[in-house]
Amino acid sequence: MTAAARELGTAELARQLRELVAPEFVIEDAETARPYECDALPIYRELPMLVVLPESVEQVQAVMRLCHGKGAPVVARGAGTGLSAGALPSPAAVVLSLARLDRILEIDPLARTARVQPGVRNLAISEAAARYGLFYGPDPSSQIACSIGGNVAENSGGVHCLKYGLTVHNVLRAEVIDASGERFAVGSEGLDAAGFDLMALITGSEGLLGVVTEITVRLLPTPDTAQVVMAAFDSVSRAGDAVGAVIAAGIVPAGLEMMDGHAIRAAEAFAQAGYPTDASALLLCEIDGTAEEVAEHCGRVERMFGDLGAVSIRTSRNDAERALLWKGRKSAFPAVGRISPDYYCMDGTIPRGKIAEVLTEIDRMAAEYGLSVANVFHAGDGNLHPLILFDANVPGEFEKADEFGGRILELCVAVGGCITGEHGVGIEKLRQMPAQFTDPELEQLHAVKHAFDPSGKLNPGKSVPTLRQCQEYRTLARTRESAPTGPTSAPPSRTLSRMRKSST
Amino acid sequence: MADICDQIIESIEAARRNREPLSIVAGKSKRFMGRASGGNPLDTAAHEGIVSYVPGELVLTVRAGTRLAEIEEALAEHGQALQFEPPSFDGAATIGGTLACNASGPARPWSGSVRDAVLGIELVTGRAERLRFGGRVMKNVAGFDVSRLQAGALGAFGVITEVSIKVLPRPRHTVTLVRDFDAADAIVHMNELAGTAKPLSGACWHGGNLYVRFSGAESAVEAAARQWGGERLNAAATPRHRERLNPAATPQRGEPFDPAATPGQREPLDPTATLRHGKPPNDAASFWRDLAEQRLAYFRTGAPLWRFSVRSSAPLPRIDGNWLIDWGGAQRWIQGDFDKVELERLAESAGGHVSLYRGGDREGEVHHALPEALKSLHLRLKDAFDPDRILNPGRLYGWM
Repeated sequence: MTAAARELGTAELARQLRELVAPEFVIEDAETARPYECDALPIYRELPMLVVLPESVEQVQAVMRLCHGKGAPVVARGAGTGLSAGALPSPAAVVLSLARLDRILEIDPLARTARVQPGVRNLAISEAAARYGLFYGPDPSSQIACSIGGNVAENSGGVHCLKYGLTVHNVLRAEVIDASGERFAVGSEGLDAAGFDLMALITGSEGLLGVVTEITVRLLPTPDTAQVVMAAFDSVSRAGDAVGAVIAAGIVPAGLEMMDGHAIRAAEAFAQAGYPTDASALLLCEIDGTAEEVAEHCGRVERMFGDLGAVSIRTSRNDAERALLWKGRKSAFPAVGRISPDYYCMDGTIPRGKIAEVLTEIDRMAAEYGLSVANVFHAGDGNLHPLILFDANVPGEFEKADEFGGRILELCVAVGGCITGEHGVGIEKLRQMPAQFTDPELEQLHAVKHAFDPSGKLNPGKSVPTLRQCQEYRTLARTRESAPTGPTSAPPSRTLSRMRKSST
Repeated sequence: MADICDQIIESIEAARRNREPLSIVAGKSKRFMGRASGGNPLDTAAHEGIVSYVPGELVLTVRAGTRLAEIEEALAEHGQALQFEPPSFDGAATIGGTLACNASGPARPWSGSVRDAVLGIELVTGRAERLRFGGRVMKNVAGFDVSRLQAGALGAFGVITEVSIKVLPRPRHTVTLVRDFDAADAIVHMNELAGTAKPLSGACWHGGNLYVRFSGAESAVEAAARQWGGERLNAAATPRHRERLNPAATPQRGEPFDPAATPGQREPLDPTATLRHGKPPNDAASFWRDLAEQRLAYFRTGAPLWRFSVRSSAPLPRIDGNWLIDWGGAQRWIQGDFDKVELERLAESAGGHVSLYRGGDREGEVHHALPEALKSLHLRLKDAFDPDRILNPGRLYGWM
């Protein structure tokens, strides 16, 4: 298709979309479409062909039918807080923003469920449920901004998913519109559904299988009280042992987070939370429940940390102190942003017992690349977030950071873990997928995609690499192995630009 | 402890070549579930054994033919357990079958189902390909969730050959209490109780009694128990409750229990076994275990048994019958001969679905009918894994 013909096609599609959706919510011009060119991983940017923002489920369905008829690819988008470029548009694709479907339709306090539209912010659900003494469990750090539809697409976790589960454990039912515009419901208001578990399959499918237009989530009773035990250790491996001890002792903390020395010092400088800046590792262990339970478990945790060589232990005495202790952890990303021009956040998961081994190896690789890493992670479930510090203005430094990040993820797979715990594959981790899956496994994933979307129009090119891409990635990896310190070139589709400070 | 994966692959390849359907079996404990399905038996029971178990990681990886009894024994040595309390059906059930049937016990609303606990699987598909999905770590969002897709699929996609699963420490303290309630009040009460921050781990109503279980830190459990009141069910249950649970070993309605008449029991049980089944639970642990194992007197009448899975707070449908309400209201059993379409209407108005769980006509459809859009999606998904439709054809639905 020539450029002129494409433009004509775009204009005609826009005209037809405006018959379905209020004209001002069909965006054609580059300037207005600019905010949709990336998600919260802005190293990947592309302008979309068009952006459309329907306001009702019926409009979404009509848009999907039209795009299907025209053969136009569709990229569904929530709040754009994703960290793997899962919502990256393409010049041939329509961005379907669900942001205007932002109503909480119903809260059923007796059944402890909320029925919401996909554009509702994660935190807004808990805020609306609070009057009933209920809350929504998964709490990604972007919860103030991220949408529940995006959470379903990514199977989002968060600090408290150790106790309260991931998105997949907290959604009951969803209404879905598939690539052809067909509408159906998956899951049920009960605890399982007839037929295949499509609710589980849709959750975490990164917008490849369908567009979610309504979600029923489970709500949980708000615990009576919570306390956080902070413990400092003089070695990462001791802290790692302490994490294992808590888990093995049968205590399920609401959150169990770890920071290494770099992250402790950056966070303390930023938040003045009272962290011991000479420590090599810091644990924050939150216990919630009834007052009796919290007292009993905090006592046990303090004793365990003491027995395992903690150099200092501090337990919050009130909510203000608890908030202060968390403040450092929660601001760790912006804090790291202050000590480095740029950083790149990784997201691998490893068996908890490998924490010390993996951190040691990351340190060794950091030295090899001449870069620093600050480690912040959800230690309770082994989900690492190494922040690779770099300066995008130094030529070649981003490429080094990018390659280093890829090797961290491959290391995670090598010790029995995986390449992404909660951020998704998107575009970013396509290159690591062959490290985790064989070709027949990837083909099976493509077959699942094909069952939902035979013409491959929903969020094409994300999440599951083609076998041809895999071959290229493997060739690249072999080249790298033969010249271990030389950075390889980035994939051709990548537009390198200065990274925005993003948080997770 | 054996790895017969290669044999499984060969069997599926041969079945594909010859276009001869296979019926996947292992422990043979749940053959009463789903529709009667033809096909040559593909016995995977020998594919068993614990592959890895690291108590500190709370992760267990086992071959799918491993019996739950063996798993529970290994976990108990380290004070851990399967959080979803699956029925072991007299020790015969395997972990693979448990996942394929998504079978979970009374703790399910509070600590999750087998579907929630599964972390990864190995599957030999209908294409005879040996594939791995998920992993052995707590969080993994790479690729579609093919592991959880197996839950309740009754083997439609392939032979599950390995399962990695999250396990949990046993609760340190458990108390069971019982109070008189009628069914309608019990449903409201169970839901209200579940909406408060109490260490609830079981809530079941039957025969005018509401049974509530609290598990966790001793101080919290005792405080919740004191607050709730009721009568504590312990090692020596009162005769009144024993009577209500298992009235004089006489079935409550329908025909007397005849194991031979129940599909899935290949041979009549021996007299000792019958006696063991007939023994009323005389303590809290037995009550919950017998509930999970479906061997309370309620389950032993031989009448067709229907399972409603609905919104936990939904009012009880106005149909006459003997109800048992579990999962805090979300799972409800009723016995008798009913019109399936009528029950489906009632289940839908309660936000859920119904199935003919045990007994009755197993040649007809036993699961809740699906709308057309989902039906064709189910077929396309089935074909994505098993294009020749040789694995457990018709087990889930007659049209698949």
